Amino acid sequence: MAEIYYLDNNATTRTDPAVIEAMAPYFGEKYFNASSIYSSAQYVRKDIEAAREEAAKFINADPKEVIFTSGGTESDNFAIKGIAYANSDKGRHIITSKIEHPAVLETCRYLEKNGWEITYLNVDKYGMVSPDELKKAIRKDTVLISIMYANNEIGTIEPIEEIGAIAREAGIYFHTDAVQVAGKIPIDVKKLNVDMLSLAAHKFHGPKGIGLFYLKKGVRIHSISQGGHQERSKRSGTENVPAIIGMAKACEIAGEHLKDTAGMAEIKALRDALEKGLLEKIPDIIINGHPEKRIDNTLNVCVKHIEGEAMLIHLDFDGICVSSGSACASGSLEPSHVLLALGLPHEIAHGSIRFSFSKYNTAADVKKVLEVMPGIVEKLRKMSPMWNERDKK
Amino acid sequence: MLQYSEKVIKQFRDMTNNGRIENADGVGKVGNPVCGDVMWIYIKVKDDIITDCKFETFGCVAAIATSSLATELVIGKSVEEALQVSNKRIVDLLGGLPVEKHHCSVLAEDGIKKAIEDYRSRVKK
Ligand SMILES: Cc1ncc(COP(=O)(O)O)c(C=O)c1O
Ligand code: FES
Repeated sequence: MAEIYYLDNNATTRTDPAVIEAMAPYFGEKYFNASSIYSSAQYVRKDIEAAREEAAKFINADPKEVIFTSGGTESDNFAIKGIAYANSDKGRHIITSKIEHPAVLETCRYLEKNGWEITYLNVDKYGMVSPDELKKAIRKDTVLISIMYANNEIGTIEPIEEIGAIAREAGIYFHTDAVQVAGKIPIDVKKLNVDMLSLAAHKFHGPKGIGLFYLKKGVRIHSISQGGHQERSKRSGTENVPAIIGMAKACEIAGEHLKDTAGMAEIKALRDALEKGLLEKIPDIIINGHPEKRIDNTLNVCVKHIEGEAMLIHLDFDGICVSSGSACASGSLEPSHVLLALGLPHEIAHGSIRFSFSKYNTAADVKKVLEVMPGIVEKLRKMSPMWNERDKK
Repeated sequence: MLQYSEKVIKQFRDMTNNGRIENADGVGKVGNPVCGDVMWIYIKVKDDIITDCKFETFGCVAAIATSSLATELVIGKSVEEALQVSNKRIVDLLGGLPVEKHHCSVLAEDGIKKAIEDYRSRVKK
């Protein structure tokens, strides 16, 4: 395989070698079921509980408030269905936003088909939810507000603290999908005023298929699965021990990295260098997302008059891994719901490309993109009727 | 991400006949209602034979690959023969397309047909 320039870290990240090392014994000699009584198994139980403490520390929660799940999707499902089912006597109205991840949106649509009412809040051109609009959307029968902490496509950071305060005052449960925030901004569930929060380990150099659901004490919620009473009966099923240990290690490493200001600044510097370089080298491009309130690793651009999938495959020829919100790249043939919610017309959303960085990126990645991208854009524009007609309008 | 055959990727990478023909004898402008793509096909005709054909496409890998192959297929053919080039033929020659992408090949066929229609309407005048 030729050299890879991996700039798709919002899709998933490379597992840290230290994480793999920490996990290995739990596939091997520490294979015991943590629910068994004998001492060998009880050592595994202890390790799980130590992992829970580590994960709790990462978000400033009490270990008892941490439930291990299979990832972001399950945690989001847990929050939304769990609250909806447990509180339907109080009401059947939920507030969310138009730019949530499908794990939230599709769960809400599912409930909508089953008798719940959902308000999907608009966002402004930067992708920001307005706390005022949220206030106006609150009703007597509202049981849950679910707003993501940062958006996976454009990186915009939502005013979670403020929304949390509004929810608390109104006595409504508040969930945030913080999947794209972990390892990028320190998370403090107490400061954020959240009742529930979702994380997925694979977005911060942990293993795939493991996540965390923060559930504040006292929240009235249904279990996500019934069975053998694991995770305080909220999420039954034999624990995925290697993955739990791996996620805890990833939390520990990410926690340290967040304190390393130079290391964090480097990721932002790379992203900014790419943004600046693309703006200099390619005419007629748009940067999406909030200019300042944006996670430091994310750069989403729309290249006018060409299509994202064609760009993406050309970048792939050069070993560059990115993603696109274009209709043609989506399988559903719908452009990204996030870009449309920003008010971008269909044909602009068509040319979207997302670059997302991690601690493993270097200046060589930025250099490579800046070397090849202008040529790719020029080539595709030359054969685009929209580009060739642009002056004639 | 959609899975493309090696042939599609090759046709996309080594694409031929992209660009416009300035004094074309027929132009077919088609749009894709499914995903919003646009494809323009230009033909040059002499003695009822298509002597040149080019395309401009604002669209995906499949749209570009199918329009490029369509232009290759019609060059040297009579107008009547060119009308027989179907999207199915194009897809077969490319070793198949993901189902979601079949409509892109339909666009290529329609583009050629529209260009011929345009040529015929000009000749009549
Ligand atoms: C914001 C957000 N929420 C949820 C998810 C789903 O996470 P997972 O794939 O781990 O279930 C993702 C990842 O794609 C995401 O970016
Ligand atoms: S042109 Fe849009 S999917 Fe092919």
